[in-house]
Amino acid sequence: MIRIDTHIIACIVFAAAATAAGILIDNAYYLQVMIFIGINTLLALSLNMLMGYAGQISLGHAAFYGIGAYATAILSTTYNLSPWIALPVAIFAAVVIAYIVGIPTLRLTGYYLGMGTLGFGMIVSIIFREWYSVTGGASGFVGIPPLSIGNFVFDTDRSYFFLVWGVVLFFFIMCRRIIDSRVGRALRAIHDGEHAAAAVGVNTAKMKLSIFVLSAAMASLAGFLYAHQVYFISPGSFSFLASIRIVTMVVIGGMASIWGSLLGASLLTLLPEWLHTFADYEMMVYGLVLMLVMIFLPRGLTRGILDIYENSRKKDDR
Amino acid sequence: MTGNSTLLTIDSLFKAFGGVRAIEDVSFSLMPRSITGLIGPNGAGKTTLFNLITGIFPPDSGKITFKGKSISGKAVHDLVNMGIARTFQNVELFSSMSVLENILVGMHTRTTCGLLGSVLKTPRIMTEERRARQKAHELLEFVGLADYADRKSSDLPFGWQRLLELARALASEPGLLLLDEPAAGLNMNETDTLGELIENIRKQGITVLLVEHDMALTMKVCDQIIVLDQGKKIAEGPPREVQSDEAVMAAYLGKPK
Repeated sequence: MIRIDTHIIACIVFAAAATAAGILIDNAYYLQVMIFIGINTLLALSLNMLMGYAGQISLGHAAFYGIGAYATAILSTTYNLSPWIALPVAIFAAVVIAYIVGIPTLRLTGYYLGMGTLGFGMIVSIIFREWYSVTGGASGFVGIPPLSIGNFVFDTDRSYFFLVWGVVLFFFIMCRRIIDSRVGRALRAIHDGEHAAAAVGVNTAKMKLSIFVLSAAMASLAGFLYAHQVYFISPGSFSFLASIRIVTMVVIGGMASIWGSLLGASLLTLLPEWLHTFADYEMMVYGLVLMLVMIFLPRGLTRGILDIYENSRKKDDR
Repeated sequence: MTGNSTLLTIDSLFKAFGGVRAIEDVSFSLMPRSITGLIGPNGAGKTTLFNLITGIFPPDSGKITFKGKSISGKAVHDLVNMGIARTFQNVELFSSMSVLENILVGMHTRTTCGLLGSVLKTPRIMTEERRARQKAHELLEFVGLADYADRKSSDLPFGWQRLLELARALASEPGLLLLDEPAAGLNMNETDTLGELIENIRKQGITVLLVEHDMALTMKVCDQIIVLDQGKKIAEGPPREVQSDEAVMAAYLGKPK
């Protein structure tokens, strides 16, 4: 019970901080960076539900991110449909594909599941690049319209900031509810021991499939938000490297932690921005920072920071 | 063979792994509310038999009937739903979860909340969750772990982990409970407590089948003993009879010259 209360407080503090940031920050660059943090948080959270809680690794998650982005790009630009019609289609497409891919793939475990999802991710990324007439091929897809509701157009960074972070807050609450429910407990049970979970009556195949589908739908939504923020998408954003980046966000931020998704997404979005000063050495420093986090905070930022806090408090008591 | 009154009937069951005949022509039946001990030297096929009854793998041939229905080929989770619960030889708890949450997972088949329900938190779902938590506390009370509901399950001492696993199995409201060496690793006091618990479980109308090496416990709580050796049933009967059976003595101590 106490845990649920602290989560409500955390959500209120988080909402207040996000609102304050949205109102006070005037610099367009900062607002944009924070929008990307929001989109990446949603993406990391989607994978964290699958990987952190249910213990099923996906090395092809960027595929669903890309499916959301390309679905809305094609429907709202090529076919001139409203993005609000494109959104359910984009999510539905991800759900159907996740379902079809999930049935055989989720029978695999460990490395094999990794390989299976990796293959899937690569196939989708090749389709984005090679299906020139539909996706615009390697040169990308141009001219995606901004989102609008009635006469209100989300074409300023500030309005989009509130849209994205509103969505993120919604999913924070939703995911927390799932995790604390019967479904969430079954997922965590699968993570701890799949045989034991089945032995107490959990239909493990069905559970894994539903969380995979949910996770894909969330990633697709993140792709939708991304496409309508940047107006231009290219296959590079949804490649194998993008999938690895999402996995890194989850691991660095903290597996099985909702706030870890926020921390991981923040670090991995901000780091490249900060490291521009290192010019040629950027990638080296980037790798070094990730290594240091994993060496000193092997359970991720969230758990690591909590451990440091708890240790210092213990010292004070003595 | 299949009497109407039996809860579980095993009819000439066979299971081989490669060339090893793990279970060879085993038949027996369990009466409702009975406590049956399954004993035999290591490698006799006791755990294999458990795995066949709980659906972890299918038999090569033969029939298993539970509550009058054939259960061959059913999935593990479906069998739990039908009322077959088990514990493991090496305790298998959900180590990252609290003691209470372990019991709540045990109630999975008796609760209904799905993805949508968990997000919407409808009054029906909230009531279900509240009832489940209350029942979980009662089960913890039953095995004597009520004060540790919020502890992480992996932090409990080993003996208590066994009790928790037992409570988790009971959470699925089984008709048949399979216990795989429940006394292994327990001290004498804990074993005594376990014996009392098993008797109390029977009083709730649950049929118990247990594999156990602790003969004192087995002889004390069981109405019927089945002895396996090298995959075959070599004896069956009340504890006293089985204890003095020649084939059993031979299996355990070697044949007299």
